[in-house]
Amino acid sequence: MADKDIDETSGIETTGHDWDGIKELNNPLPRWWLWCFYLTIIWGVGYSIAYPAWPMITGATSGLLGYSTRAEVAQEIARFEEQNAGLETALAEVDLTTLAENTELNRYAVAAGGAVFRAQCSQCHGSGAAGAVGYPNLLDDDWLWGGDIESIAYTIRHGIRNETDFDARWSEMPAFGDILERDEIDGVVQHVLALSGQDHDAEMATIGAGVFMDQCAACHGDGGEGIRDLGAPNLTDAIWLYGGDVAALTETVRNARFGIMPPWGERLGEADTNAVAAYVHQLGGGE
Amino acid sequence: MSESPQPLYAPQEPIFPRRVTGFFRTFKWWIMAVTLGIYYLTPWIRWDRGPALPDQAVLVDLANRRFYFFWIEIWPHEFYFVAGLLIMAGLGLFLFTSALGRVWCGYACPQTVWTDLFILVERWIEGDRNARVRLWNAKWDVKKWRLRLTKWTVWLLISVATGGAWVFYFTDAPTLLRNLLTFDAPMIAYTTIAVLTATTFLFGGFMREQVCIYMCPWPRIQGAMMDDDTLTVGYREWRGEPRGKKRTEGTGDCIDCMACVNVCPMGIDIRDGQQMECITCALCIDACDDIMAKIGKERGLIDYLALADEPREREGQKPRPIWQHILRTRTIIYTTLWSLIGALLVFALFIRSDIDLTVEPVRNPTFITMSDGSIRNTYLVRLRNKLGEPRDFRISLRSDAVLRLELEGAEERIITVAPDSTTQQRVYVIARPQDPAASVARTDLRLWVEDVESNARASRDTSFDGKADQ
Repeated sequence: MADKDIDETSGIETTGHDWDGIKELNNPLPRWWLWCFYLTIIWGVGYSIAYPAWPMITGATSGLLGYSTRAEVAQEIARFEEQNAGLETALAEVDLTTLAENTELNRYAVAAGGAVFRAQCSQCHGSGAAGAVGYPNLLDDDWLWGGDIESIAYTIRHGIRNETDFDARWSEMPAFGDILERDEIDGVVQHVLALSGQDHDAEMATIGAGVFMDQCAACHGDGGEGIRDLGAPNLTDAIWLYGGDVAALTETVRNARFGIMPPWGERLGEADTNAVAAYVHQLGGGE
Repeated sequence: MSESPQPLYAPQEPIFPRRVTGFFRTFKWWIMAVTLGIYYLTPWIRWDRGPALPDQAVLVDLANRRFYFFWIEIWPHEFYFVAGLLIMAGLGLFLFTSALGRVWCGYACPQTVWTDLFILVERWIEGDRNARVRLWNAKWDVKKWRLRLTKWTVWLLISVATGGAWVFYFTDAPTLLRNLLTFDAPMIAYTTIAVLTATTFLFGGFMREQVCIYMCPWPRIQGAMMDDDTLTVGYREWRGEPRGKKRTEGTGDCIDCMACVNVCPMGIDIRDGQQMECITCALCIDACDDIMAKIGKERGLIDYLALADEPREREGQKPRPIWQHILRTRTIIYTTLWSLIGALLVFALFIRSDIDLTVEPVRNPTFITMSDGSIRNTYLVRLRNKLGEPRDFRISLRSDAVLRLELEGAEERIITVAPDSTTQQRVYVIARPQDPAASVARTDLRLWVEDVESNARASRDTSFDGKADQ
């Protein structure tokens, strides 16, 4: 064995390693350090017995303490549900017209409703509730079936034009392609353009006005302002569910539209239905 | 190979610091009294903030995300105050280290202060150095057990008080103390106390110098802030050597009485020169000065020295005055930076508003068309009331363009915000079809929030998205 390499200044043995003249003193470690090391080993063994650790063919050892993060999450959720049980009951039984006066319940309803909306409603109405062609925008002030909180709740509860709920909102516009001549349809379209203040052919619109009074006014009203009880849309405003240009209007008159919304009352339960109604009502269009 | 190989692991050498008196020891007693006093008593200081807010002067309210410090209250988004204070603490440490060496380690570090306290208890119960050495070597008889158990009990009581004091900073102290005693306090309080009791007991009673030498990173970093002008505890080797009896001819001032070694809490001999273990607690200065006075020599054989003075002193010249060592480029830079940040923080505190808002424009969708053809944008406005009473805030809009403001669920444009809290409010801005803003891609606007009574106000700039032509 080579001779010991002793550092001149400190008189301490070096490790013998030499990096460009820099050497490392071979000071002994404190003994408690060694104990700590042994302690970590003991701790590690104990830990792997007490907690889930060792991978097995299906899953892993469950540990003596039976700890599981999944169970902890379930526990947390249960804790919150217990905490909110009172609010949930109140929300299920609340008179929606007075909900806004109960600040705490209203805040809870809007938050809960937002969560339900994003999970259940956003697929059609959009995550921001702005809708799409054929799927109503819930932010604006135009409502087919009413925009007060109880009407909204009813629509959510029973849906629209579905056959699963006898109380569903129901209206059906005939496909006028089978009833009217082509030029009559074109005339009605021009008249509707005139009603909503858009550019139109005045001559054709005059023809269309007569047809409108015969065929359309019963539901849409003489002036085309719509009738909510029938779910007949207002044709005079700037909002169009399926588009307000000639092509879209012609398609609507000729073949009609038949948008469906499922009933949510049973799936969501009373509390969540009310919550979604509260959420939608405060998006900016609520009446 | 004749010698046995070097051991891989070394046992801890027991250290029995002797009692010492003198200027630095007295100074350190005072520092200990003040720092421990601050630590133990601060949570019990009361400060009236009104009925809605806690009345504890210093409180880190994690549950409600508030930090209270006397008349200052900090919200989470104002954490820069804490960051600024931490940077100042860091720079302050740099400053003191470059000027006075490991003065933090020697005087103010909790490890040093509590170890000092534990050694004091040890001395009261087991006696001074010689008695303790004897006890160490004695058999484990009744007397040794009695002394040891008494000492450990007192240490444990101090440790419990130390761990206990810590948790009082995080919730109302009197309530927590009551709950702790009736076993109604949360588990986390007991766990924290248990952990801190264990560390205090272990670090102050048994680990002591091992913490400084092996565990603490700060001694290793300090080297970067020190240079030849840094004042540090040193031995005037040119004056002391060669060591010898007082009346022997040709010897230096050091009579090799070992006073400096016996009082050292780190167990080193300062006469060996600068050492990593030395925390510059200055007790050896007191010890040596005492001896020098007894043998009629000038004080300062061991003293605060700057290495730069060594050549001068060897030639018999006086060391340069202390201010010349302390006043140098790096200390001036540290001081300037420290003061700058301090001034900025004071300024920030001075202009801190008790009313604030943030505006989050809704971008899904950017705008909607209303039935009359108007264009409407939505903004989520968060109103902050930083006072301890409910306040009415009026929201208003300023813009060069014609725009209208509406609030969800409020006829008036006034919102009541609960004390010391925030409220989110949906705010609508509307442009009629004939208004230019309705058909322009972007219009700038400013939302104001104003306290109806005090007229304190704040504003945020945002923009309005119109239905631009394709």
